[in-house]
Amino acid sequence: MSYEILGISVLWIFLYGYLIVASIDFGAGFFAFYARITGKDHLINRLISRYLSPVWEITNVFFVFFFVGLIGFFPDAAHYYGSALLVPGSIAIILLAIRGSFYAFENYGSKKNIVFLFLYGATGLLIPASLSVALVLSEGGFIVENNGVVTLQYFELFTSPLAWSIVALAVTSVLFISASFLAFYASRAEDQPALNLMRGYALFWSTPTIIAAFTAVLYLSQHNNRHFQNMMDLWWLLGLSVVFFLIVLWLLYKGRRYGWAFICLMLQFLTAFFAYGIGHYPYILDPYITIQGGATQEAMGIALVVVFIAGLLLLIPSLALVFRLFLFDADYVKGKK
Amino acid sequence: MVVDTVLWSRLVTGLTLSFHVIFATIGVAIPLMVSIAEFVGIRKKDNHYTLMAKRWTRGFVISVAVGVVTGTAIALQLALVWPNFMQLAGNVIALPLFMEVFAFFFEAIFLGIYLYTWDRFRNPYLHWLLTVPVVLGAAMSAFFITSVNGFMNQPEGFIFEGGHFSAVHPLQAMFNEATPSKVFHVLTSAYMTGAALLAAVAAFSMLKKGVTEYAKKGLKLMMTVLLVFSFLTALAGDVSAKFLAEHQPEKLAAAEWHFETEKGADLIFLGWLTAEREIVGALHIPNALSFLAFSDFNAEVTGLDEFPVDEQPPLLVHYLFDAMVGVGFALLAMSAIFFLLLFWKKRNELNRWMLRAIVCGAPLAFLGVELGWFYAEVGRQPWMIRGYMRVEEAATTSPSIVYLFFVFLLLYILLGTMCVIVLRRLFRDNPAEVEFEKAAKTKADALQAQEQKAGDEA
Repeated sequence: MSYEILGISVLWIFLYGYLIVASIDFGAGFFAFYARITGKDHLINRLISRYLSPVWEITNVFFVFFFVGLIGFFPDAAHYYGSALLVPGSIAIILLAIRGSFYAFENYGSKKNIVFLFLYGATGLLIPASLSVALVLSEGGFIVENNGVVTLQYFELFTSPLAWSIVALAVTSVLFISASFLAFYASRAEDQPALNLMRGYALFWSTPTIIAAFTAVLYLSQHNNRHFQNMMDLWWLLGLSVVFFLIVLWLLYKGRRYGWAFICLMLQFLTAFFAYGIGHYPYILDPYITIQGGATQEAMGIALVVVFIAGLLLLIPSLALVFRLFLFDADYVKGKK
Repeated sequence: MVVDTVLWSRLVTGLTLSFHVIFATIGVAIPLMVSIAEFVGIRKKDNHYTLMAKRWTRGFVISVAVGVVTGTAIALQLALVWPNFMQLAGNVIALPLFMEVFAFFFEAIFLGIYLYTWDRFRNPYLHWLLTVPVVLGAAMSAFFITSVNGFMNQPEGFIFEGGHFSAVHPLQAMFNEATPSKVFHVLTSAYMTGAALLAAVAAFSMLKKGVTEYAKKGLKLMMTVLLVFSFLTALAGDVSAKFLAEHQPEKLAAAEWHFETEKGADLIFLGWLTAEREIVGALHIPNALSFLAFSDFNAEVTGLDEFPVDEQPPLLVHYLFDAMVGVGFALLAMSAIFFLLLFWKKRNELNRWMLRAIVCGAPLAFLGVELGWFYAEVGRQPWMIRGYMRVEEAATTSPSIVYLFFVFLLLYILLGTMCVIVLRRLFRDNPAEVEFEKAAKTKADALQAQEQKAGDEA
């Protein structure tokens, strides 16, 4: 395999990782706030903060990792995306900044504050919406280059049904993934009231998620037929995704094996995400950047791959330690440690 | 209205970095201080130090949050505000940027574990061991990111042809000649600043509430660290000056207003320039610049006139340089005086004037860090990548950058204010002594309960 294919595969896996961990985090923020207004916060807030406190920083690094990696492997991406995304990117930075710091202020500071919680909850939905814009742009048609000056076509973007359906998909998936994970976490903690609440949320958000997914694919076929056809060639991956979705739904409905339900949910998103990603090949930004044309120098590409493998050797045991201490340690989850 | 996008791009980046560097410095330095305090606590079996480590960490987490989000901001801004720079230089500097994220990842993971496992291990050294990856991760982050900055000052490891970098050697670019002296200076000054900050906190509490055992131990520990690192910082500064004299003479010449190449050059302190570039009211130290640059009082030092006018850094950097050096020596002198008083039995090292000076030391140290970075960055002008890309070729062309400056300014004011409020709230209503008693009581209660249980079973 050539280093640029390896590079984009690695990045895609990391983006997938970010999708899962960030969704849990973003959704938890929204549920924490929603539970507060509906007076159910005593049921789930402790659960949420117990999981999130040790890991919120790690979530953030996943994102920086993907971003820095993308620019490292494909420096041309900096020119196009960097120029076009100055305003939306800065908005995302501000939202991330408010969210990250206010989470720490709320949790490690001494007084609980409803304003902090509101900002935390609201940004939890706005960030995925703003980040998903980058995916929309990659489909082409929204970025125009004239004499080396790259501009973003705001009007086309805001009137595009594809853009809105992808934003809707991002927001609904965040809530679906997060609710399913928290239901699993509550079941580990043997916290029945929290489990009932989160299971309800998960079941509720499954429907809009799948509707948004089909809508997005539909609009993709109109906007970028090449990408759509490529995805249809991978029909079996998409089919697997639907099968996993049905298993998740069935397990949640039956109310048992929440761990398996969450694993199936991860597989559901994994298969769909990779069908989408492979279908995107060979473009990183249609039609300006291709994987081969935009890749960095070979020496750098190989160095990055080597560092990446060395980094993984460090990261995987460390992450395993985090999981053992905070996710699979029954006493910690139940609040005894 | 024509917007000077280059100027505003510089302002946005300068703003973000000036704000970030405060928290980045704290982020590099405090883990080491926490680690030292916890280790001393375990070694001496003294709970005061353990409490110190706990309290410092609690405050540290708040500042880490701001550091993380502003760090994310600068990582993204590098591509958003300087897209052409990243497109060109990305080929050469992607490696250290990528590794920096790994170091950061590593640090984040172990910081999370450290925070939530205070009482989970039977052997206290196990918990202390968790500080090692945090300290290392923080130092590695500083190393990698400083090597990127080193590359921008001293580009190496490529062939430049047709406006592109080719035949790239990622490692050679990372370990460019500017990297060692820069990293040395960045790390020592960060540790110095962290120690100055924590010493100031202890001194402040003594001024407010009188001398306590806890504050006294904290102050002495941090003054020791401060003495060591302010000395090392001075040494690192000297190494950096020698590097500049050899590889970036225009930067040193601008800092010293050294216009004509000459042997036995004077060191010029403060003063001002007339319209004809004549130096007025400055303190001249004969031959000292030659000595500073080459360890030889009669060495020849390259003057600024050797460089084309449009490649000369602004002469304002002279003041930044002098102030930075002044701050460094003030801190070194302050910590030295503290220990003189301590060992000179007739004197009280905890007199009010000494404590006040130590309190002032913290803002001074941060000022020194800011000034040092201003000098390093402004002194590189007009280059983005010295010798290869000018700043105006690298910046974004979007006029929205003006509004973004004000939006980010507002954001940083908000974050800075909130951070101070939350930190004050965290410590004001919860003095160390009260917490110490409480911790001791809980422990005693637990012991008693255990004995009771053992008694019942017997």
